[in-house]
Amino acid sequence: MNRQFRILQALMLMSGFIFLYAPIVILAAMSFNASRLVSVWGGFSTRWYAALIENEQLMHSAWISLADATLSALLATFLGLLAAVSLARFGAFPSRLLFFGAIHAPLVLPEVVMGLALLSCFVALGVGRGFTTLVIGHVTFTMCFTTVAMLASLRECDPALEEAAMDLGATPFKAFLLVALPQIAPAMASAFLLAFTLALDDLVIASFATGPGATTLPMRIYSQVRLGVSPQINAMSTLLLGMVAVAMGAGALILRRSARRGRGASTT
Amino acid sequence: MKKNPTLTRGQRLVLLAPYLWIFAFLLAPLILVLKISVSHTILARPPYRPIFELSDGVDGFWTKAQTFTFDAYRILFTDSLYINAYVSSLTIAAVATLVTLLVAYPFALAMARAPESWRPFLIGLAAAPFWTSFLIRVYAWIALLKDEGLINNSLIALGLIDAPIQMFATRFAVVVGIVYSYLPFMLLPLFAALERQDPALREASADLGATPAQTFLRVTLPLSREGIIAGVLLVFIPAVGEFVIPDLLGGSDTLMIGRTLWNDFFANHDWPTASAAAVLLLVLLIAPLAALERMRFGQKDLRP
Amino acid sequence: MSLTTATGSESAPLLSIRRVSRRYGPVIALDDVSLHIARGEFFALLGPSGCGKTTLMRCVAGFETPDSGDLLLDGEDLGGMPPYRRPVNMMFQSYALFPHLDVFENVAFGLRRQGLNKDTIAGRVRALLQLTQLDSYGLRKINELSGGQRQRVALARALAPGPRLLLLDEPLGALDRKLREETQFHLKKIQRETGTSFMIVTHDQDEALALADRVAVMRAGRIEQVASPNDIYERPATRFVAGFVGDTNFIDGVVVLDSGPYLLTDFGRIALSSCCLPDGARATLSVRPEDIHARRDGPGISGIIEEFVFRGDNTLLRVSVGNDVILRVATWDMRFSVGESVRLQFPLDTPALFAETT
Repeated sequence: MNRQFRILQALMLMSGFIFLYAPIVILAAMSFNASRLVSVWGGFSTRWYAALIENEQLMHSAWISLADATLSALLATFLGLLAAVSLARFGAFPSRLLFFGAIHAPLVLPEVVMGLALLSCFVALGVGRGFTTLVIGHVTFTMCFTTVAMLASLRECDPALEEAAMDLGATPFKAFLLVALPQIAPAMASAFLLAFTLALDDLVIASFATGPGATTLPMRIYSQVRLGVSPQINAMSTLLLGMVAVAMGAGALILRRSARRGRGASTT
Repeated sequence: MKKNPTLTRGQRLVLLAPYLWIFAFLLAPLILVLKISVSHTILARPPYRPIFELSDGVDGFWTKAQTFTFDAYRILFTDSLYINAYVSSLTIAAVATLVTLLVAYPFALAMARAPESWRPFLIGLAAAPFWTSFLIRVYAWIALLKDEGLINNSLIALGLIDAPIQMFATRFAVVVGIVYSYLPFMLLPLFAALERQDPALREASADLGATPAQTFLRVTLPLSREGIIAGVLLVFIPAVGEFVIPDLLGGSDTLMIGRTLWNDFFANHDWPTASAAAVLLLVLLIAPLAALERMRFGQKDLRP
Repeated sequence: MSLTTATGSESAPLLSIRRVSRRYGPVIALDDVSLHIARGEFFALLGPSGCGKTTLMRCVAGFETPDSGDLLLDGEDLGGMPPYRRPVNMMFQSYALFPHLDVFENVAFGLRRQGLNKDTIAGRVRALLQLTQLDSYGLRKINELSGGQRQRVALARALAPGPRLLLLDEPLGALDRKLREETQFHLKKIQRETGTSFMIVTHDQDEALALADRVAVMRAGRIEQVASPNDIYERPATRFVAGFVGDTNFIDGVVVLDSGPYLLTDFGRIALSSCCLPDGARATLSVRPEDIHARRDGPGISGIIEEFVFRGDNTLLRVSVGNDVILRVATWDMRFSVGESVRLQFPLDTPALFAETT
């Protein structure tokens, strides 16, 4: 019976991972297909990648997306850090519950609703939409994720450490800087990465928040994809997937290092 | 618990930036949406007649309150397009959530019962697609599901079918897209709940005479209840408001409310109706949202 | 800077805690507490969890603010002074060592905040590492240390800034039994050598009695007794102290004052060495198991052995003296058996007599 279970388990794991990864792998494979048709293998080729680099529109959007993701992730990490510190360390300040709820709302708010709200707001304020509003939209959208990530890490970080620093003569700000910040640095890094990928990937909020001249990569991809499968988009997608894979590898390394440190501290 | 009713100046300074940001770009815009939903549609830009101005004062507010219109909401409840969109959003989301659960449970169980040293790697591998582009993952299915796509071609090549089965641009495709895209959301809480279980519980159950099936039904399954509820909510809530999946994989007749809302906004410029649809979507989701928040944040998190 | 920083006159107390109270909602953590700690003293706050001892210590360190009352250090009011300005350091229960810094940097942390120059810091850290027998551990990471080593780093770190008073929160709580005794001697030695005043908080009576010059027993936010370890053990001021510190028998009875006072109990008379209670008062006498002598015959109250447990250095008997009263008696005589009848002799000195409060 144990042996049967093991076989069943292996089958389950295999089919699960095939389901998860086959579509992505097939997509990546198609990007090297010389033929324009999905169903015909026309031989190995990198012509679609070459065409991609020629496609100035797409390249321009890629730069916009990268700039937007970097900038908004930096801002969201900074604001998220402030929010997480407030929630974890300031006790029961007035209106904490409202702040808590508002900070966490974008986690569950349908993206269309958030996009709609942001656009109505920009229009009502008479702000011209473009790169700035795009970044604002993405900061608002990703800030909750960065807050949650850093809040969890701050809660695990023993407040006695900061008290010890203060006891030894550090002001509260110094104590945070010298003691708490190094502890949550890995969480900050992964919060940044999360915000970065979310912003890079987002279609819905970007469509509402951005304006002419600041069309993001997902928006370009989306408008082409609606017309059907395109080999150039396959190539673009494969590049993006590769980038994410590299970023995730880096993230996993950071996490593993910090986990090893954390584990070492809790045992022995 | 710390007694700390007021904040010091330094603390206020820290709180100020995120507080202002979230107020200006989330709370205020949401209130604005509520306001637009009771405004009149006009052909202009912005395509609604603003109701309040700050200069109105309280008197002005009451005069203008008379001009509130619930036309947009009336449309939602009378136009069969909207009613269908809501009904179909809820059914597609519900069916997709159920399928996701059925796919994810054995998968999560297999991972949770794997050797302990493997588990972080397995769960990392299962969660990894979440970090890749959502749009691209949905797009990948187009090439698989099309009439001349890989699945149909393979089935024909194997001689199992003669003519392609229409999968692309159907509700089936939308469900597949949701299951695929949201699988990590279901897997993670299920895995967490299953991994937490003490293996001695199963041994005790077997020791007391339960067959493996009985042990699963009486011990493992009930103990994973929290994970199931969390996973179901995490998949169902975003699925109801989903836009990209029905738009790319669904047919022109696959109406979902996110897509209808988008069209109203961008194609028809009917902001009040789109806003009302957004408000109604939130109202529909309030119960599952509240349940999710309660699960996610136990008392310990809500209090400092 | 020297390791000792005592200033001011020798007679005035180092720390005066005057009528300090602290509430958390309906819970009273500290109820009008007053204490004085002398210069160079090793002082222990002893009590069960939730008695307010930790709150009191955190008030001294500056992490809690009393609702009322004053804290004076060398006559200087600590009220409103933030923790980072107080000349008081704390050794945390969890040690709270900074995991991202090595041993040297942990110990140097407080010195760096004082803006001392590099050489002074290095010299002082080295001296402290030597004092705590960590000479060769300066470059180690915290997670590479054993529990005992961590404890010593925490001690060195708290001593480094040269506090006038060192607070130690359950300093031995995380150590195993064997290491504890060794560390107790070590702590006493360091306290004597540095001349720093130590105030420890503990729930472990053995620790308090072993380490401290004076012990304050706390209960429900109040101080029950402040005395030397010997007096706490031999002459408990309240029934709570008698029960909390050490093992004891509580014997209920009525005080009779005719020819020499005695306590009339359900099972016989127990002579009292002294008595300040009126004739006929209901009272409880606390008698330690090792103060009652069990013999096979002779005078004394008779009882029957119900059960016994061998405890290594002695044997604990449970002796039934009738009317459902069981007394616990420690003896070195190993030859008793269950069911045997014995005679119990009570001590001549009976200081722990408490009036019934109910």
